[in-house]
Amino acid sequence: MPTLKCPVCGNPVEVPDDAMPGELIEHDCGVVLEVYRDQNGNLALRPFEGVQEDWGE
Amino acid sequence: MVKVFFLYDVLRLDEKMLLDRLRARAQVEPLHVSSSILEIGGYAEADVALQRSISFYRAMSSTVAVESWGIRVINNSLALAMAEDKAWSLSVLYQHKIPVPRTLLAYSIDSAVEAARKLGFPVVMKPLMGSWGRLAALASDEEAARAIAEHREMLGSMYKVHYVQEYIDKPGRDIRAMCIGDGVPAAIYRVSNHWITNTARGGRAEPAKVDPILEDLVIRSCKALKVEVGGVDVVEDPERGYVVLEVNAVPEYKNIARVTGVDIADEIARYVVEQAKR
Ligand SMILES: [Zn+2]
Repeated sequence: MPTLKCPVCGNPVEVPDDAMPGELIEHDCGVVLEVYRDQNGNLALRPFEGVQEDWGE
Repeated sequence: MVKVFFLYDVLRLDEKMLLDRLRARAQVEPLHVSSSILEIGGYAEADVALQRSISFYRAMSSTVAVESWGIRVINNSLALAMAEDKAWSLSVLYQHKIPVPRTLLAYSIDSAVEAARKLGFPVVMKPLMGSWGRLAALASDEEAARAIAEHREMLGSMYKVHYVQEYIDKPGRDIRAMCIGDGVPAAIYRVSNHWITNTARGGRAEPAKVDPILEDLVIRSCKALKVEVGGVDVVEDPERGYVVLEVNAVPEYKNIARVTGVDIADEIARYVVEQAKR
């Protein structure tokens, strides 16, 4: 399992091997993180901004 | 083996379950829309695509792009556009003789208040687009209707179309039914004391009985809007019976699956793969 750094609290975050962009991970610090691919094509984490309400159920 | 494009932006439980079930039946290529570059008239190899982007604008534009590659998208662009626009939806449903709430469109604050007066209070005032019951408001009198209309006008041009709808005094619940192709695999009641019964707003969900009348109405609603995989919001009017409020073309279904025990994700996956084989 790759370990990435939480952009909010700085602590390590275990990311599943098969993680995909768009995946959401709840971190212990209380923030929901979104997996994305950075410019180098590596998996990275950013705070999830929520589902913007231009659609939904 | 059938190859399926899976278009998405956020992997919620709904999308994860779908991916899992699709992978059991087909070769799946996930396409993370918000980090992709999509060429109109580009080329890619796939038998069918399933659209699961939550954002309407991403869903719409990525669907038309993939359609330009000659690949069928479920749901297609026309279905997405019609389902998203509440006035368009109701117009098409009405033309297909499906019971819908009496709805007036108005284009200024004064005429929105006049429309509300015409319908009789309370009235429901919704934005033309968007959902989760967000920004839907219940106006109990003229003063409230005016305040809501004034607020909407400040939100941007899309909100300057005032959608004023009769309030249906439903029995504390509404119905969300899943439609997949020609079937209605499951439905739930969303029970709430609050007039907006969306589970996203804290309602409680219970399995609902799908009688033949409801089944027929749900399937006809989706067919009218070209929606192949949809969630249909229905209320029970004490006098008229079932009334269709709206159809969601990228439906969340995890509540329905959890409450009814029906594996909706697998039903959708099976439908999508069947369509690819045609
Ligand atoms: Zn953290």
